[in-house]
Amino acid sequence: MKVLQNIGIVIFLVGLSTFAALPLLGTFKVDKTIVQEIVSDNSIKSELFIQDLETKIQDKEFNGIQSLSPIIVSALANANATHRKNKEYKKVIYTKGRDMAGSIAKKSGVGFIAENKGLMWFLTFGLGIIGALLFIVPQVVLLGPKGIKNDGIYHQSSTNKGWIAWLVFIFLVSFYLVLYFRPEYATNWTYLVDPISESLSGNPAGHWFVYGFMYCIVMSVMAVRMYIKYRNNIYQVVRTTSVLFFQIVFAFLIPEIMVRLQMPYYDFKNAFPLDYDFFFQWNLKTLLDSGGIGIFILFWGIILTLVIVPVMVYFFGKRWYCSWVCGCGGLAETLGDPYRQHSDKSLFAWKVERWLIHGVLLFAVVMTGMTLYSFFSETGTVLGIKTQSVQNVYSLAVGSIFAGVIGTGFYPIFGNRVWCRFGCPLAAYLGFVQRFKSRFRITTNGGQCISCGNCSTYCEQGIDVRAYAQKGENIVRSSCVGCGVCSAVCPRGVLKLENGPEKGRINSKDVLLGNDVNLMDLVNKK
Amino acid sequence: MNHIVIIGNGISGVTLARHVRKLSNNRITIISAESDYFFSRTALMYVYMGHMKFEHTQPYENWFWKKNKIDLVNGFVEKVAPDSKKLTLKDGSTITYDKLVIATGSKPNKFGWPGQDLKGVQGLYSKQDLELLEKNAPNNAICNRAVIVGGGLIGIEMAEMLRSRKIPVTFLVREKSFWNGVLTEGESTMINEHILEHHIDLRLDTNLEEIISDENGRARAVVTDKGDIIECNVVGLTAGVTPNIDFLKESCIELGRGVKVNRFLETSAKDVYAIGDCAEQHEGIGSRRPIEAVWYTGRMMGEALAQTLCDNPREYNPGHWFNSAKFLDVEYQTYGWVFSERSKEDHEHHFHWRHPKEKICITIAYHKDTMKFLGINTFGIRMRHEVFDQWLTENKDVDHVMTYLKDANFDPEFYKLYEAEIVNKYNAAFNKNIRLEKKSWKRIFSKA
Ligand SMILES: Cc1cc2nc3c(=O)[nH]c(=O)nc-3n(C[C@H](O)[C@H](O)[C@H](O)COP(=O)(O)OP(=O)(O)OC[C@H]3O[C@@H](n4cnc5c(N)ncnc54)[C@H](O)[C@@H]3O)c2cc1C
Ligand code: SF4
Repeated sequence: MKVLQNIGIVIFLVGLSTFAALPLLGTFKVDKTIVQEIVSDNSIKSELFIQDLETKIQDKEFNGIQSLSPIIVSALANANATHRKNKEYKKVIYTKGRDMAGSIAKKSGVGFIAENKGLMWFLTFGLGIIGALLFIVPQVVLLGPKGIKNDGIYHQSSTNKGWIAWLVFIFLVSFYLVLYFRPEYATNWTYLVDPISESLSGNPAGHWFVYGFMYCIVMSVMAVRMYIKYRNNIYQVVRTTSVLFFQIVFAFLIPEIMVRLQMPYYDFKNAFPLDYDFFFQWNLKTLLDSGGIGIFILFWGIILTLVIVPVMVYFFGKRWYCSWVCGCGGLAETLGDPYRQHSDKSLFAWKVERWLIHGVLLFAVVMTGMTLYSFFSETGTVLGIKTQSVQNVYSLAVGSIFAGVIGTGFYPIFGNRVWCRFGCPLAAYLGFVQRFKSRFRITTNGGQCISCGNCSTYCEQGIDVRAYAQKGENIVRSSCVGCGVCSAVCPRGVLKLENGPEKGRINSKDVLLGNDVNLMDLVNKK
Repeated sequence: MNHIVIIGNGISGVTLARHVRKLSNNRITIISAESDYFFSRTALMYVYMGHMKFEHTQPYENWFWKKNKIDLVNGFVEKVAPDSKKLTLKDGSTITYDKLVIATGSKPNKFGWPGQDLKGVQGLYSKQDLELLEKNAPNNAICNRAVIVGGGLIGIEMAEMLRSRKIPVTFLVREKSFWNGVLTEGESTMINEHILEHHIDLRLDTNLEEIISDENGRARAVVTDKGDIIECNVVGLTAGVTPNIDFLKESCIELGRGVKVNRFLETSAKDVYAIGDCAEQHEGIGSRRPIEAVWYTGRMMGEALAQTLCDNPREYNPGHWFNSAKFLDVEYQTYGWVFSERSKEDHEHHFHWRHPKEKICITIAYHKDTMKFLGINTFGIRMRHEVFDQWLTENKDVDHVMTYLKDANFDPEFYKLYEAEIVNKYNAAFNKNIRLEKKSWKRIFSKA
């Protein structure tokens, strides 16, 4: 079994290394037709830029995107600078240099990688999946009889912030940096999944398709791990199946198929304000321009946020979204599960959490207010501030850096719910409902707590569960995503997630059940 | 304003301090030689097993004590002089008190076995024991086999700990079946099976005779009363605990096995009290033992004594008995009294149900004449404390418990429920026709 696992690690690492090397490999040959296509697709009117393309890259071969991209980026920047200087605004190109480089590269890949997509898929994704499963599946036997299996978590480098964790951290952060800030380097990755993308939407894959596909693969493989690790706990099994389903079907398949049907790309479960650009002008325009389905989506999006989400939180707590449906939650609960113990449980962290998450919510709301105002009054500024700049700041700081780079990249160091706990504006909104108007709570079982601390340690949201349990008090906290792991790891059967009458939901106590009844009455009556 | 000095920073001493602080402005000092800050002893095993770090076992952050004006002293009390109300610490310093609370817990039993003080022989009680085990048994290369002596809760925890590092374990249990002085036969049998499932070499009905030393004064093997010699590097002594009160021998406070206290938790000396594992009631309360060495009772004594110390005299008057434990992967809870075949009285009868495949079972104790419900043991099913507490208070009979069994279930959502099977067996056994009622929030929360 151990041998099988070691073989698995080797295979996985081969797949991963191939994947990691791809951005710098490959040959690109930009022939004349490609330049013409690019010019017409982007309606480029800058003869300067076209000329640069023709002289500097046309009919030349480039080894690795790193030799091609800088030429395009600087050519575009030069052309734009000249046009701006000459006030030839019609000729300015608004596509970003790196996106331009990405679309040119995408068309001009030649050689082994671009010509052997299937094989390359196998050497990266295929080996990764096989290797990971070879590592994971033997645990059915290795973990022994079913039960809570957290042995060695704080002894292993990977789960105790050792060097493996730091390597994973570097890999994840680099991956997100490429995705968000150097997308042209993802070109080779897009080739691997072209066949899949074409079969779904009819279009070749972009880097976001790579991301979406990879997301589903990673979640599926890590879900197998969840099924094995928590096979004693049916709640975990059902919940994992649910997030996996919503990711694959709602976040991945349906939007791609909608594109094939000439509909707007839309993830029906992604609620505003997590879906922060829902009300952005370009999105509203797209929706309004795509007829019935567009109007339906607009309507659905609004109802989802204003009615469905809070009503469901009232009945089931925010868990129905955060750990049963949401994609961010889905990744956190699968890929992130080995790191859940790293969330900071201190009171200080809780204070930071409240300022940050509510700050982001406020930011999102103000930004959306400005956006809508601009949209309806058709101005670009509100009180002298450019709406566009506010949107850009949010997209960069919150959308990319917070949610992506920090949110996922920092899994091995800060735990798996950094974004959900400190940043997600939707979580903040659901949190209000959960805290003040909901039937959900984690019930503490009378006086049974022995203050061991397993629940707090494994709370991914950094809630000091024990602080409540050892006082016999139910846990009613806005940040709880209802993952159910506190209840699973409790060795004394103290915690139960449940939905019940609001009366008595918060039951603060000083003297616990089991002691003198009169004393309990005396001390606990408030 | 009184100066309340507490010896021992375990659950009983700390609970007391917290409650005193809530009720009053008294000066509070807690003295302990074990650790700077309160930690949960029950969680020691999880540190060795790598589920947690030691800091995770500390229920309060380090700033908590200062903020609540609870002074902490790290030191060992060597002498208590109730006449002059003075304590002497090992380093020679003294502390005076107005009220003294002894909450010094327990220490592992040693029954004078030859070789019991060799290197590699240890108990599992304190933080230091944990550190020692980390040294004695860091992995299975250094510790090829461990022998654990004493089949109680700490023994099985220690076995689980060592197994988490793949160290072969032999488990010597004096009784004919694991913990059968407390568990009923069906339960104890199930746990025997579960222990074997975890590849622990369980030797029932076996006593330790002697621990053999190697040339360096380290344990090398144990000899059992069956004549077996078992080679090992580590011997875990887990045959129960005794109150940790040796330092009081010269204090003229009345001692038995523990510090003798009355229902107000007062000792024989004025303004000296004792709580937790080290306190011994003159007579057991109800069916309780005079010394109750469990977490919950320590906590309850702390809650009660705080009232007394803050001018609101209260007897220690615990409610219905409850307890819990975990045997490897099997959780155990108990509410009310279920006595084992070895200790129960004649009027106590049992109804037992066990799952055909899984390690799940329950035992309900009742009075054979009145069918009054006396208590329940549950394994692998979680039950609601509140509900059973209420049923015990209201003197419900077993029929009632069976009818409303669904109200008591506390398993996580979507778990398979066994009430129907349990009630079927009950109906068949007693020729009854009980119909299970649906779970009702109203009934569950009728007390809240
Ligand atoms: C491994 C293990 C697992 C357990 N699991 C459970 C469980 O699951 N459920 C349960 O109910 N119970 C359990 N128990 C029992 C429970 O932990 C004890 O009943 C409880 O901790 C007793 O608390 P206490 O406050 O009385 O004493 P302690 O926690 O023992 O605290 C006493 C403190 O006083 C200090 N001290 C003693 N003498 C002196 C002195 N002269 N000067 C200064 N300091 C001194 C000691 O060093 C110690 O720190 C377990 C015990 C152990 C060892
Ligand atoms: S895991 Fe259970 S027993 Fe341990 S502190 Fe949390 S609620 Fe209490």
